[in-house]
Amino acid sequence: MSVVVYIESQNGIIKKAGLEVASYGRAIANSTKTALIAVTFNIEDTSILNSHGADKVYNINTAEDSFFNVDRYCASIVGIVEQENAKVVVVSASADGRYLGPILAVRAQAAYFSNVVALPSSYEPFTVKRSCYTNKAFNESVSEQGRVVVSLSSNAFGIVEQETAAEQLTGDYIESNSSLKVTSIDKATDKITIADADIVVSGGRGLKGPENWHLIEDLAEVLGAATACSKPVSDLGWRPHSEHVGQTGKPVASNLYIAIGVSGAIQHLAGINSSKVKVVINSDPEAPFFKAADYGIVGDAFEVVPQLIEKLKAIQ
Amino acid sequence: MNILVCISNVPDTTSKINFKDDNKSFDTNGVQFIINPNDEFGLTRAIWLQQKSGAKVTVVTVGDASCEPILRKCLAIGADQAIRIDAIPEDGYFVASQLASLCAKEKYDLIITGRESIDYNGAMVGGMLASILSIPYVANCIQLDIDGTSASLQREIDGGKESLSATLPLVLGAQKGLVEESDLIIPNMRGIMQARQKPLTVETPSDVEGQTTIQNFEKPQAKGPVKLVDAANVDTLIELLQNEAKVL
Ligand SMILES: Cc1cc2nc3c(=O)[nH]c(=O)nc-3n(C[C@H](O)[C@H](O)[C@H](O)COP(=O)(O)OP(=O)(O)OC[C@H]3O[C@@H](n4cnc5c(N)ncnc54)[C@H](O)[C@@H]3O)c2cc1C
Repeated sequence: MSVVVYIESQNGIIKKAGLEVASYGRAIANSTKTALIAVTFNIEDTSILNSHGADKVYNINTAEDSFFNVDRYCASIVGIVEQENAKVVVVSASADGRYLGPILAVRAQAAYFSNVVALPSSYEPFTVKRSCYTNKAFNESVSEQGRVVVSLSSNAFGIVEQETAAEQLTGDYIESNSSLKVTSIDKATDKITIADADIVVSGGRGLKGPENWHLIEDLAEVLGAATACSKPVSDLGWRPHSEHVGQTGKPVASNLYIAIGVSGAIQHLAGINSSKVKVVINSDPEAPFFKAADYGIVGDAFEVVPQLIEKLKAIQ
Repeated sequence: MNILVCISNVPDTTSKINFKDDNKSFDTNGVQFIINPNDEFGLTRAIWLQQKSGAKVTVVTVGDASCEPILRKCLAIGADQAIRIDAIPEDGYFVASQLASLCAKEKYDLIITGRESIDYNGAMVGGMLASILSIPYVANCIQLDIDGTSASLQREIDGGKESLSATLPLVLGAQKGLVEESDLIIPNMRGIMQARQKPLTVETPSDVEGQTTIQNFEKPQAKGPVKLVDAANVDTLIELLQNEAKVL
């Protein structure tokens, strides 16, 4: 028996979400007294997993295939899941993790739980808490299936260190007969993504136009934050789609979410609710966002934000 | 070309979420149901293929009779026919298996699901369906071009997008970007009248079991009131974020 975790990486470096998944898997391995098996792809140095609880690391070299090929990744992970007789498999809630999860579950004959926000409350039967209704509620879900795949919500468990001496192995990159091929990738490598960011700075229609976005970008830069926007802002073409957050956009689960000139419509709040601390800057004291926020400033963004940027620069 | 668009009946995005029967089930009282927004982006894309190349568009939902109004709406938007698989959609695997049984009977070249539904947000039906059928799946799909039996697509990824190619049949998970908000079709009177004549068939579910069950629901704990900081005092905000919230 074992717990298998798929550890995500970017350019050969393990991502924060990867360490969170390892930490969560370790906690399950501790409670069920089983081993934690980590599966990584194209990692030069997997030693960091020794301090996040892995007992075994399978690193798989995808050679010339430099893109995320969901079918081949899935086949390779299923191979290890079967070999190690895994009862629990954990993936992250990144775009790739949520893509992989359901496919992996079917191919590994496992039940699938997405949006998991806590450790299982029982293992016999496997019972776990998940968010639903776009973070407006939670449910406890159960499965009697002999194997489960869990997609862990971002920032729901955190990163926990535990020293282990992981055995280092090389895994096979399994072929697939699927016709699906990734042909190219278009990704800003210099910018931190909403999924990976500890802090997200978000702008709404209150910023009046794309020409004022330097306020959002400059604030994000001093904070090392990702930038996001409300739906109308992306519908109007002021900002790219990829920045649209909310019920119909990307989910945000950062430590700090700063909303500027965003009214706080229910569809916006649903998507950002699982952020730990929310700050709102809005000129209208009646804006619904004030009911959802932890800290707020009633004021004009064009006056408040430049001051905030200046003060933050001064303390750096 | 035969296109199947899988539709989920979900509470309107503004709905207040409440539970009943000792928090064991969703309280539909006063809740308006809509076509899952991601599915509607997918349906619109399918209608474009119908208009351009005469594709036949079938919409399907797994649900009880209360889902029929949204199927009629899909017909009014332009779908050619609707199927309701008469079962309660309690688990993603169950739904995917029901859809897979339908796809085994009728050959579809393109199967469109939504990226995720806004009730369970599982993002699981599309990927599971494709895996059961052993055909490709493209999640978070923001572009689709079809040339004969080849498709080129784009998937939104964290921080950018990815271009893919595959041969039909395939399953995709639609989201905004595949079409824009302003492209969504609002049914006109003629569409609504025609929808009444279009076939809506009810099928009995196939004999499969789900893999998960929901024991109970709960709502998040009520949040304390916001701490307001004076606009002239941004220092105080920074200090609170550093020392109290400890997020800076
Ligand atoms: C099906 C559906 C799905 C949706 N999904 C989403 C979603 O995923 N994400 C999303 O964001 N929305 C979504 N929406 C839209 C949502 O209902 C709101 O319309 C939207 O969030 C409002 O965006 P906003 O806050 O930027 O703009 P507005 O509501 O126009 O708010 C602008 C705010 O800026 C403030 N303001 C103006 N000037 C200033 C200033 N100088 N300084 C400071 N503040 C100022 C105003 O007081 C106001 O509160 C959805 C809607 C529907 C129907």
